[in-house]
Amino acid sequence: MKNLYKIIIGLLMMPFIAHSQTAIKAEIIYTVSGAPIKNGVILIKDGKIEKVGTAKEITIPKNYTVVASNVVTPGFIDARSVVGLSGALNIPTDQDQLEKSSPIQPELRAIDAYNPEEKLVAYVRDFGVTTMHTGHGIGALVSGQTMVVKTKPGKIDEVTLVPMEMLAMTIGASVEGNFTSPGTKAKQIAMIRTEFLKAQAYLQKQNDKDTAKRPAIDLKYEALGKLLKGEVKALITVNSSNDIMNAIRLAKEFNFKLVIDGAAEAYRLIDEIKACKAEVILHSTMSRNAGDMVNMTRESAAILTAANIQVSIETGYEGYVPKTHVLLFEAALAVTYGLPYEEGLKSITLNPAKLLGIDKRVGSIEKGKDADLVLFDGDPFEYLTKISKVMIDGQWVSKN
Amino acid sequence: MKKKLFLFIGIVICANLSAQDKPVAFKGALVYPITSQPIPNGTVIVQNGKIIAVGDASLKIPSDAVITDAKGKVIMPGIVDTHSHLGGPEGGDYSAALNPDARAFDAINPTSDGFKKALAGGLTTLNIMPGSGHLMSGQTVYVKMRAAKVMEDLIMINEKGLFGGMKMANGTNPMRGTGGFPATRAKSAAMDRDLFTKAKEYKSKIDKAAKDSSKLPERDLRLEPLVEVLEGKRVVHFHTHKENDILTAIRLIKEFGFRAVLHHVSEGWKVSNEIAKSGVPCSIIVIESPGGKLEAMDYSSTNGAALSNAGVLTGFHTDDGVTDSRLLIRAAAMGVRAGMDKEKALAALTINGAKMLDLSSRIGSLEKGKDADFIILSGDPFSLYTKVEQTWVEGKKRYDITNPADKAFLVGGFKVYSSLREEYMNHDDEIGN
Repeated sequence: MKNLYKIIIGLLMMPFIAHSQTAIKAEIIYTVSGAPIKNGVILIKDGKIEKVGTAKEITIPKNYTVVASNVVTPGFIDARSVVGLSGALNIPTDQDQLEKSSPIQPELRAIDAYNPEEKLVAYVRDFGVTTMHTGHGIGALVSGQTMVVKTKPGKIDEVTLVPMEMLAMTIGASVEGNFTSPGTKAKQIAMIRTEFLKAQAYLQKQNDKDTAKRPAIDLKYEALGKLLKGEVKALITVNSSNDIMNAIRLAKEFNFKLVIDGAAEAYRLIDEIKACKAEVILHSTMSRNAGDMVNMTRESAAILTAANIQVSIETGYEGYVPKTHVLLFEAALAVTYGLPYEEGLKSITLNPAKLLGIDKRVGSIEKGKDADLVLFDGDPFEYLTKISKVMIDGQWVSKN
Repeated sequence: MKKKLFLFIGIVICANLSAQDKPVAFKGALVYPITSQPIPNGTVIVQNGKIIAVGDASLKIPSDAVITDAKGKVIMPGIVDTHSHLGGPEGGDYSAALNPDARAFDAINPTSDGFKKALAGGLTTLNIMPGSGHLMSGQTVYVKMRAAKVMEDLIMINEKGLFGGMKMANGTNPMRGTGGFPATRAKSAAMDRDLFTKAKEYKSKIDKAAKDSSKLPERDLRLEPLVEVLEGKRVVHFHTHKENDILTAIRLIKEFGFRAVLHHVSEGWKVSNEIAKSGVPCSIIVIESPGGKLEAMDYSSTNGAALSNAGVLTGFHTDDGVTDSRLLIRAAAMGVRAGMDKEKALAALTINGAKMLDLSSRIGSLEKGKDADFIILSGDPFSLYTKVEQTWVEGKKRYDITNPADKAFLVGGFKVYSSLREEYMNHDDEIGN
């Protein structure tokens, strides 16, 4: 008898426990990986995209909850943010993105600092960001590690997609303001090179046949070693032409994978960037044209894309008000400055997914990928269009 | 003081005489006069820096007019930015928490490239404020985006005979706790009240002296502008965010009987009825996300809707460099996105700001006799895809998107804005406040 009760209760609970099976009907589905689908249907099962196609091709099973929408896009992927480490309050206790005790600290892990409960995580989620590359910020030569998270509610282990994604570095004026040394550009590069050379030596000694000669584990050089071995990429925030070239020179000298972040003057160095095969994450389109970014242009995304450099747009870092940008609005503005419409969508979906090496799971609406979706009542980029729903891993997560 | 004022007026009039003689007519646009209903297929005619007629397709165009076909375009008044820091007004002076004698007028670079940015955004009138982090950082200046060599070319003398207001702030912004700055809210209000009490005494001495100049008190540059404030001539532009600070500002305004505009007003939506009851207008900012400082944690983009629906005279501002002058129209669109009535949002970009600066008899709407300050848009003001195509100031085309030199200031690029390096107000000063 007791067991029967359990089974009955279990059966009653099932619809609540299991992932909901959902069908979304939309006038336009921007799959991003392929052409937009008019009058399309997406079937979602167990948190994954089960099928996507036209209404004619797909029969919606009877037990699926049907939701209608005007437009559907993949969940957005912020290529570079500090949300979750840099809190909205902007007081010392909620600013964990930059440790100022030393300018080179690659051992600092983002997973030890990320706060999934941060108000801004939910805020950006409601604007369609479902995956975020976040972590240590700008302002140190090596500020620490970055990570990739889903923005869904949950404990850190439940939301983490990639615990160590890249090493965050900065070359530029902001570093000099944060530390007593370096105080000049030449010293910045000299300090980076010194530590990288030490890391090279550390790796070499680790392979010593004589185990006694192998070095004691050093967290700093372990982390730099991952970069030098090509296991992670360097995310170097550089905006002026000089600093972009500094980053390229370092990448050549130490043979690491380079992501140029910020990249305000990348439009001036297209050949150099292509030659070294660096990837680019572009500053928010609404960035202020001041400081190292004084020469920025809102046409950067368009210019780089036209030159066949794949662009991911970021919200980046803000020190004051507002504490974060809205990714969707940054891509939208880039579209009004010459970036083709679907490239605008790609810059916040598939391009960052590829850059982050997570495109097998997210970044487009394709069979088998995570069901991370954003529903709109019109053109996603238009000012007056509203986001009606956001889904992560098959679950509705937005407050709407 | 009056002599100086006439000198300014004289210079401004001279600067304006060179506007076109022939009338210029724009035909076929959707015209938003703001103070009256939109006119589909409308006509706007300007001459000598003024609007001479606004009407529908039947409006008679003078035979000597230069006619521009504006079919498919939208024409509306030039945008009024009620709170800007363009031109390098510098931050407030840290020698004191209250600096009523300091004038942004004396600091601004009249040839700043920042003004090109304003023109690219369709802004034609700005209230440039000294900033930030002071109880009273100084006198603001009302400027028109004319071609300028000297500050006298830029200033706007308003209906009260002045070309600026007075910037004040409360909440954490001025609470530095050292160097004569307050550390608490009560002390902030006490210091304000103390200065205004002195200004009242000074004013009563002037009033008692009547026209007998021998009985006038000695000139006091700190108190003179506050006398203008007490007389209701100089408007106080009051930076305030939180509900309690908004109410404190209103309390001070009522106690000393001055006229004011509340600025930023992040928590205005919480006390919209109280603000409406006070009759104090609000100039609001639209930011991308809440936070960045404690006081902006409860910022909501519904502010525009909440305040305007409560009956508060509501305007938008950039606080440039906090937000960008090229995106002020977008700010209003974001207000609409969050529920603000479209018509009210258009008024908030134009006539409402003009009223806040005592300039509504000259700017803020398309009406016969007003300054020919207007913008030509490629489409709906609240669409992402719409561009400001032309910005006209007093009958002169100051910005044309088809001119590559002008467009550069919209887009940016190598060395386009290099001169701004020195001018940018350092908002980092406020971090943690």
